[in-house]
Amino acid sequence: MTSAPGSTPGRSTTEVQPLPSDLLTINMGPAHPATHGTLRLQLQLDGETIVNCGAEIGYLHRGFEKQAENCQYQLVIPYAERLNYMGPVHNSNAWCHACEGLLGIEAPPRAQALRVITSELARIIDHAVCIGTNLVDMGALTNFWYMYNYREKIYDLMEELTGARMMVNYPRIGGVCLDAPDGWLESVVRVMADMQEVVAEVSGLVSRNRIFMDRTQGVGVISKEMAISHSVTGPCARAAGINWDLRKSQPYWGYDKLNFEVPVETAGDTYARTMVRFREMEESRKLVLQAITSIPGGAVMVTDHLVALPPKDKVYNTMEGLINHFKLIMHGIRPPRGEFYSATEGGNGELGYYIVSDGGPNAWRLRIRPPCFANYSVFPKIITGQLVADAVAALGSINIIAGELDR
Amino acid sequence: MMTEADVAAKVQERFGGRILAANAFRGQSVVTIAPKDLREVLLFLRDTLAFEWLIDVGGVDYLGYDDGPGKDEREWRFEVVYAMLSMANNVRFRVKVAVADESVTVPSVWDLWAIANWEEREVWDMYGIVFEHHPNLRRILCHDEFVGHALRKDYPITRRQKLSAPSENILCDRSEIA
Repeated sequence: MTSAPGSTPGRSTTEVQPLPSDLLTINMGPAHPATHGTLRLQLQLDGETIVNCGAEIGYLHRGFEKQAENCQYQLVIPYAERLNYMGPVHNSNAWCHACEGLLGIEAPPRAQALRVITSELARIIDHAVCIGTNLVDMGALTNFWYMYNYREKIYDLMEELTGARMMVNYPRIGGVCLDAPDGWLESVVRVMADMQEVVAEVSGLVSRNRIFMDRTQGVGVISKEMAISHSVTGPCARAAGINWDLRKSQPYWGYDKLNFEVPVETAGDTYARTMVRFREMEESRKLVLQAITSIPGGAVMVTDHLVALPPKDKVYNTMEGLINHFKLIMHGIRPPRGEFYSATEGGNGELGYYIVSDGGPNAWRLRIRPPCFANYSVFPKIITGQLVADAVAALGSINIIAGELDR
Repeated sequence: MMTEADVAAKVQERFGGRILAANAFRGQSVVTIAPKDLREVLLFLRDTLAFEWLIDVGGVDYLGYDDGPGKDEREWRFEVVYAMLSMANNVRFRVKVAVADESVTVPSVWDLWAIANWEEREVWDMYGIVFEHHPNLRRILCHDEFVGHALRKDYPITRRQKLSAPSENILCDRSEIA
C-alpha cells in the first residue's frame, strides 16, 4: 500500500507489511466475571478478533430432571425456582400451571391474577439484573446500583407476600399457597410508581449515549433466520423482529384480558435487545397495575382434595380432612397416564415443561425446555468475527442464566 | 384456526401406514414414527404445514413403564420427542421417534434446525441414543469422563463418579458455525 499523491504529508511512503502472527487460543470462564455464572468459552484469536470459538456448558448441571423423576409433583416446586434464579417465582408458577394442564384443572381466578402479578414482578427484576450487569461489563457501574436498588424493593414485596425473598415457594398445584396480606397490593402499586423513574434514569443514561451505542450497535447480531433456526425466543427473538410472545399468542392466566404491547425491534443486535428489555419492563409494570385493578375475589386454591390440602381446622377436626391430608402428603397427586407439554413466557423466552405421567405420584419423565439453552446455542455463531470485548457485551445481553441452561 | 388434531389428521393422511402410534391427550396430539421416516415427516411439517420452529428435542426412557391394564408392552424402549411450533398457524405438534434400543440410530436434523446440534448432544449424553451424521456428538451437560447415561431408568440416582480433568479442546468444527 503506497500513499497516493496528495496524502497526509509526513506519512511514510514505504509499504506496510502485516506482522506475522499465530492464532492464540484462550479460555474465558468457567469463572470469569463476565459470564455471570459458570460458562466456559474457548476463543481462538487473531489479535483481538475471534476467528473460532467453542462453548462448553454443564458446569452447573445438577441433575434437575433426574431429581424431578424421583420426587412427587409438588416437591418439584422449590427445585423449579432454581432454574432461572433471576426471576425465580415465574418458574414455579409455570410448573404448577403445567401440572394443572396435565390434571385437567384450572387455578381459581384470584390465584391466576396473583400469578400474573408475581410473574411480572419476576420479569421486571430479571430484566433489571440483565440490563444492570450487562452495563457493568461495558464499564457503566452506576446503572447497576440503580437497578439493584430497585430490585431490593421488589424482593421486599416478595418477602411481605411469602416470607422469603428469592426462592419463595409460593405457588401450589391448583393455586397459590397464601392470599396477599392486607395492604400488599397497595405496596405493589407504590413500588411500581417508582419504577418509571428508575427506568427513565437508566435508559436516559445509556440509550442515546455515544459510547454505549458504539459498544452495542451492530454487535452480536442475531438475524431473524438465525433466531428461527436456533429456536431463540423471548426478548432476543423480539429484538430480531419476531413478533411473538406466548402471553399474547397463546394466553394463560387471563393475559388475554389485559392490555399490553409486545415490544419488537428489528436490528437484532445488543442495543436492540437492551431496548426491548427496557420496554418490556414498562409493559410488565402496566400488566401488574391492571392485574391489581381487576383482581377478582374468592379462593386462591381449588377445593378438590385430590390436589389441594384441606384447611387445617378440617384436618384436626374431621376424619375426612385428616385422611385427605395424609393421602396427599404420603401418596401425592396422581395425574392420569399421558403426556403434556406446557409453555409459558419466561424472562428469557419460552419456558416449557414436558411431562410424561404413568399415573403415579412422580413424573415418569420431566423435560424442561429452558429458553437459555436455545438462546446460548447461537452464541458461538454471533461472536465469530467480532472482538473479545464485543463478545462480553453480547453475552450479557443474551442473559444466560446457568441455572436453567445446565439444569 | 388449525388445531393439533387437524395437524395429526394431515400427517396421518400423508404418511398413513408408516405411523406406529397416534395419541391425543387434553387437546395435544402426537404421532410416533420410525427413525427412518423422521426427516421426511419433519420436512413435511416444516414445508407444507408451516412449522418453522423446532422448539425442543428430548428423550424418554420407557423401561418398566406400565401402559395400563390391557395394553401390550411397548416394542421400543426409548422415544425421542420433537416439539414443533408453527408461528404462522399458532399451533403446536409433537413427533416421537421410536428407538427400540441403543443399537438403533436416529438421523440428525441439525442441518435443518441448528438448535438440533445441541439438543441431540443432550439426548446422547442423557440416554446414549446415537444421531447419524451429527457433526460433534459429544457429551454436553455431563463431564467427558462420565460413564453411563444419567437419565436412563436403570441408572441409579445415588451413583457417584469421580471426575477431574478439564476438557482440552472445545472449539467448534468450523462447519458448525458457518
